[in-house]
Amino acid sequence: MNARLPLIIFAALVVLLGIGLTLNPKTVPSPLVGKPAPNFDLPDLMNNETMHNPADWQGKVWMLTVWASWCSTCVQEQAVLNQLKHDMPQLWLVGLNYKDDDAEAQAWLKRYGNPYTVVAVDTLGKAGIDWGVYGVPETFIIDKTGKIRHKITGALTRPILAKEVLPLLQQLGAGDAP
Amino acid sequence: MKLWLVFFLVWSASSFASIETYPFVTSQQEATYTELVNELRCVVCQNQNLSDSNAKLAKDLRTQIHQLVVTEHADKQTVIDYMVVRYGEFVLYKPPFALNTLLLWFAPLLFLGFGIVVAIRMMRHVTDGNETI
Repeated sequence: MNARLPLIIFAALVVLLGIGLTLNPKTVPSPLVGKPAPNFDLPDLMNNETMHNPADWQGKVWMLTVWASWCSTCVQEQAVLNQLKHDMPQLWLVGLNYKDDDAEAQAWLKRYGNPYTVVAVDTLGKAGIDWGVYGVPETFIIDKTGKIRHKITGALTRPILAKEVLPLLQQLGAGDAP
Repeated sequence: MKLWLVFFLVWSASSFASIETYPFVTSQQEATYTELVNELRCVVCQNQNLSDSNAKLAKDLRTQIHQLVVTEHADKQTVIDYMVVRYGEFVLYKPPFALNTLLLWFAPLLFLGFGIVVAIRMMRHVTDGNETI
């Protein structure tokens, strides 16, 4: 038998395990990308009488940010979102306040800035389950037909914003008149 | 030193003892629920099923599955589909039998075949060697 065979098998195994090591086991691929945005009917953070439903934003490009006042990474992300809102004031930016206390969430927005067009409150995390949320923060980009086009898990950083988010928003025509 | 050991033992035991109890109408529902939380993977923790996990999301998902099974009379497959639509096939410990999982399902057979081939070759080699002596 070929004496080099064990070496070849060993090398193949090293390559295979090497690939495995570079994958991030915490990244759960979202099955929702390319699918219609799940529905919700949730009250507004500032005014509990007003309800928000994704159907209201049909025809708009919108971005959904899942956040909470108990989420420490959200503080860093908020600076990026504030900048985005400043650069793209016409962007429809929806905040989904996930499993939070209303008063604490309001105070948090006062402290770190509120770039959101509207903030919907998901106290029980039911909408979170429908959107496949498994960590906070998460960001979704929804196109004019109501389809999810992109999902970012973890904080939205400036490099991700420049590389993934801004080009996509421009391509989808964010901020155009519906 | 020993006190610390006792502390950690007690602490770890208590952290595994927080699985909540749910009321069920029928024993069939209870069986379905138990099967589901044992078979579905927790999305935020590495390699734990839903019933083992103390993560908040796992708890929410247990509540949601309980509600689906008891209030909405969902069967096992309906709940599995519900979870896969939201979190992907990642939640399945038992992978589906599909084109992209064929290799996974047949890998053991492939390895067995490979092993048999290698074993036969080696045995032939040994007998060949004996004959020349």
